Amino acid sequence: MSKVPAELKYTKEHEWAKVEGDRARIGITAFAQEQLGDVVFVELPKVGAKVAAMKTFGVVESVKAVSDLFAPVSGEVVEVNADLAKKPETVNSDPYGQGWMIVVKLSSPKDMDALMGAADYEKLIAGAGH
Amino acid sequence: MTDTTTTSPLKRTPLRDVHVKAGAKMVPFGGWDMPVQYTGIIEEHRAVRRAAGLFDISHMGEFEVQGRDALAIVQRLCTNDAAALQVGQVQYSLLCYPEGGIVDDLTLYRLGDDHFMLTVNASNIDKDWRWVTEHGRGDARWKNVSEETALLAVQGPKAEALVQRLADADVTRVLYYHFIRGKVAGVPAIISRTGYTGEDGFELYIPAARAERLWYALMDAGKADGIRPIGLGARDTLRLEMKFALYGNDIDQTTNPLEAGLGWVVKPAKGDFIGKAPIEALRAAGVKRKLVGFEMAERAVPRHGYRLLKSGAEAGVVTSGSFGPAVEKSIGMGYVRADLAAVGTALDVEIRGQAHPARVVKTPFYPSKAKKS
Repeated sequence: MSKVPAELKYTKEHEWAKVEGDRARIGITAFAQEQLGDVVFVELPKVGAKVAAMKTFGVVESVKAVSDLFAPVSGEVVEVNADLAKKPETVNSDPYGQGWMIVVKLSSPKDMDALMGAADYEKLIAGAGH
Repeated sequence: MTDTTTTSPLKRTPLRDVHVKAGAKMVPFGGWDMPVQYTGIIEEHRAVRRAAGLFDISHMGEFEVQGRDALAIVQRLCTNDAAALQVGQVQYSLLCYPEGGIVDDLTLYRLGDDHFMLTVNASNIDKDWRWVTEHGRGDARWKNVSEETALLAVQGPKAEALVQRLADADVTRVLYYHFIRGKVAGVPAIISRTGYTGEDGFELYIPAARAERLWYALMDAGKADGIRPIGLGARDTLRLEMKFALYGNDIDQTTNPLEAGLGWVVKPAKGDFIGKAPIEALRAAGVKRKLVGFEMAERAVPRHGYRLLKSGAEAGVVTSGSFGPAVEKSIGMGYVRADLAAVGTALDVEIRGQAHPARVVKTPFYPSKAKKS
């Protein structure tokens, strides 16, 4: 079972969010990338785009599957991980680090409170495992 | 991620527990509980291209037909010319409907003068069995040996030497699309120089009860070569890089062999066979659509059912697509209007409502390493 970093917040769709001042860095969890298998393409919004909490903001494609990405929080995209265009496999190798996807300027910091903590997320994936 | 289309219990190959023990991710495929991957599709794909891979394809079906009329029966059912097969030879062939659509694609083995074996797709076993026994009557007996037969494929540049180390016969002299009978790790086998990967290698037909023994013998003997167990995920990407058709994706009841680029296994000169008239009528009239290979300009992945467009207008449909791990591009196959089938033609694939540029390319996408002479 993959490690769940304690300092991050999680969605039930297996995205993580990390508060950085008035911003949140967003990616998918180790569990998500394991379930997906080899990631071969990540479709992300452009800087300046608006994302809404629990609405799709992009797509991740593995060899076998296409999955929507859900924004943990609402706000404006201020950074996009351009490295993923050339090296989408980084999402597999380092999902919580170099495999981050976007940084959002939070429109409402309270959005973070609606997300799961690490302990709850761990329970969720324990139940989802085979 | 669960299959809701099937309610009957999934069938298991004799190696199902071996796969689970090896940590494979199991998925339903054509009614079977099969390993889709062990470590990862891309890694497995590259292991086959660089070293060797071991596949459990025991889900595939095997039918034998033996008797005085066996050749005549096979000639009537199949599109290719079985009379051209020597004993010890294998041939790619098709079963067609009277209307020209495809019942299944198969490999045909001539086991003896009046004895043939047909290897058919797992998902089509029941349909094909009904088809051949209904339309293949005469002085010969059909036998469905699918359950008692296991099938392992060993594919990749290290496959020949590996199988040779375990075999009691000289497998290096077995030519492409030929077979011999021999023992591999003491297990009696049909040792067939065939495969679905574009690599050199063998497919080994063995008694189901001996499958586990041979599996572990090959894994042990191939350890130093870097042999890996390979799941259906990489089997699919390997065949896609060769533009080999997959029944249910690229060919089916609604597709004609000529449209699918399989005219080379349709031999009208041999005499009558089921589907001959409409196929030959289409050959005379010219096909309206063709199965082509295309590559994407960017990474977005074309998938089965996506629309192909030309300048915004309907041009065809994607039948298979993936990231190709050895060609390191997103590639696909699809039917396009015949006037758009030429190599170099610019097309678009509609992916999530957006047109993504693609180009018809020469196939196979990856050069075949199969030993053709």
